[in-house]
Amino acid sequence: MNESYKNNSEVCMLDLKGLTKRYATGDLALDNVDLTVPAGQVLALIGPSGAGKSTLIRCVNRLVEPTSGTIKLDGDDITKVRGNRLRQARRQIGMIFQNYALVERLSVMENVLSGRLAYVGFWRSYFRKFPQSDIAQAFRILERVGLETMIDKRGDALSGGQKQRVGIARALMQNPKLLLVDEPTASLDPKTSRQIMRLICELCTEQNLATIINIHDVALAQQFVHRVVGLRAGAIVYDGPPEGLTPEILTTIYGEEDWTTTHKDSDDEEKSDKKDVEAALLGGHP
Amino acid sequence: MSASNAQVDHARIAAAKQGSWRPLPLISNRNLRWGLNLAALTYIVLVYYSVDINWARVAQGMDRAINFVGSFFTPDFVTRGGEIAVGLRESLTMTFVATVIGIALAIPVGLGAARNIAPRPVYFFCRTIIALSRTFQEIIIAILFVAMFGFGPLAGVFTLAFATIGFMAKLLAEDIEDAQNEPLEAIRATGAGWLQWINYAVQPQVMPRLIGLSLYRLDINFRESAVIGIVGAGGIGATLNTSINRYDYDTSAAVLLIIIGIVLMSEYLSGYVRKWTA
Repeated sequence: MNESYKNNSEVCMLDLKGLTKRYATGDLALDNVDLTVPAGQVLALIGPSGAGKSTLIRCVNRLVEPTSGTIKLDGDDITKVRGNRLRQARRQIGMIFQNYALVERLSVMENVLSGRLAYVGFWRSYFRKFPQSDIAQAFRILERVGLETMIDKRGDALSGGQKQRVGIARALMQNPKLLLVDEPTASLDPKTSRQIMRLICELCTEQNLATIINIHDVALAQQFVHRVVGLRAGAIVYDGPPEGLTPEILTTIYGEEDWTTTHKDSDDEEKSDKKDVEAALLGGHP
Repeated sequence: MSASNAQVDHARIAAAKQGSWRPLPLISNRNLRWGLNLAALTYIVLVYYSVDINWARVAQGMDRAINFVGSFFTPDFVTRGGEIAVGLRESLTMTFVATVIGIALAIPVGLGAARNIAPRPVYFFCRTIIALSRTFQEIIIAILFVAMFGFGPLAGVFTLAFATIGFMAKLLAEDIEDAQNEPLEAIRATGAGWLQWINYAVQPQVMPRLIGLSLYRLDINFRESAVIGIVGAGGIGATLNTSINRYDYDTSAAVLLIIIGIVLMSEYLSGYVRKWTA
C-alpha cells in the first residue's frame, strides 16, 4: 500500500508548477507550490486552518483563480482556459465537500445526475431527461454506496453520512480523472468518518483516480492514504509516506503540541479503532 | 475578538467578579448617549407645539366620517351592481396580467441584480432598473402611463407590471444572495453551463420564496389597482372614485368590503401555498 508515495507511476494526472495565490486582501494563500499526483494515488493534504489547503484544491478546478503558476490535468494546461473548455476540464475533476453541498430541495437522484450536467444539453437537463445510460450508472453508483432505495428522497431528508455518500456519487457521475475532497469527515461522527474515508479510498483504487483529500484528522489520514503532503502558510513543508509523520514533522506543520496521543503506527488498523476514537476525543483534531 | 480592538476594562471585570454586571450600552460615549436622548425629547416637545390642529374643522368633518363609517352597516351591492361587477372584473384582469408580466420580467432582472452570481456591470445595470422602479410610487407612474396610453386598464397594467419588477427583482436578488454558497460551488464544479447552474443550484434554493412573493405581489397589485383607478387607470378604483364623488357611500362601502374580502382570501391562499412549497 505504501510502496510508492511519489510519482513513480507512469501517468501523471495532476501537475502543479509554481502555483501561487494572493487574494485581493493581500493574503498570500499559496506560495509557489509544486505538486504532482499520479493516477491511482490517494494523497492527504494536511496543515493548520488557513494554511491554504482549500485554496489549493479550489485552484485546481478554478473555483479560485490562481495568481500565477500552471495547472496541468492529464497533460492539458488548464490554467487559463475559459468557457466551454473550462467546463470540459471541470467535468473531469470530481469534487466532494465538507458540508456535502447537496442541493437540499432536489431529490437524491437529481443530485447524483447533476454530476452529468456537463455531458448533456440545457433542455435535456431542464426536463430531467437524462440518457438511459446515465440513469443506469447513477443507480449503480447509488447501489455501490448503499442508497439505491433513497432515489426519491429529498436531500434535506438524509443524515450527514448519507448526504456525503450522495456527494461522492455525484462526483463519480462525472467519470472524473481526478477527485478533490475538501474535509470530507469534518461534520461526521468518528465511525461514519471512517466509513466515508474507506469508501472514498476504495472507489479511487477501483477507478484508478488521482485523489487529493484535505483533512484535519491526521490519524484518520494515516490509516487510509498513500501519501501525505503537509502545508504551512501556503508552502509545502512535508511530502512523504504517512508513516513518516513523526512528532517533529507534525510540529513543523502545525506548531508545538504534544503529539503522542495522535501518533500511531499504520499497521495496527484493526485493533486501533477504539484507541483512535479516544485519540480524536482527546484532541486528535489539532 | 482580536486583541487590537478589545480594550480590557479592569473595573468591569472586577465588578463582574463580585456578581455585578450590566450589558454594554449601544453607544459607548456617555455624553453622546445622553445628548441623543435629550435631542429626541426636545424634538417631541417641539413637534407637539408646532402642530396646529383646527378642532372646529375636525368636529365638522366628524359628521361626514360617521356618515361614511355608518354606511358600512348598510353597504349597497345592488344599485350600482353592474358597475361594481365591471370594475371588479377589470381590476382582477389587470392584476393578474400585470403580475404575470411583471414577474416574467423581474426574474432576469433579479438574477442580474444578485451580487454573488452576476458580473459587476450587469449587477449595476439591474440594480439601476430596480432603483428606478422603486423610486416612483404607483400613483406617479400611473399618471405618466395614463398620459401615454389614455384612460383605462391598459395604463393600469403597465403601471402595476412596472412596479412589480422593482419589488420582485429586489427581493429575489436578496434571496439569491442569501442562498447557500456550497451547492452553488458544487454544481459549478461539475462543469455545468450557466443556465444549468441556475436551474440546478439557484432555482431550487429560491423557488419557495419566489412563489410566496409572487402571491404576495398578486394581492399588493390588487390593492394598488384600487388606488391607481382613482387617477384614471381603470378597474375597481374608478368605480370607487365615482361613488365617493357622488357621496354614494353605501356603494363605496360595498366596494371596500369586496376589496377586503378578496385580499383576505388571497392571504389565506398564499399561507396555504407557502406551507405546501416549503
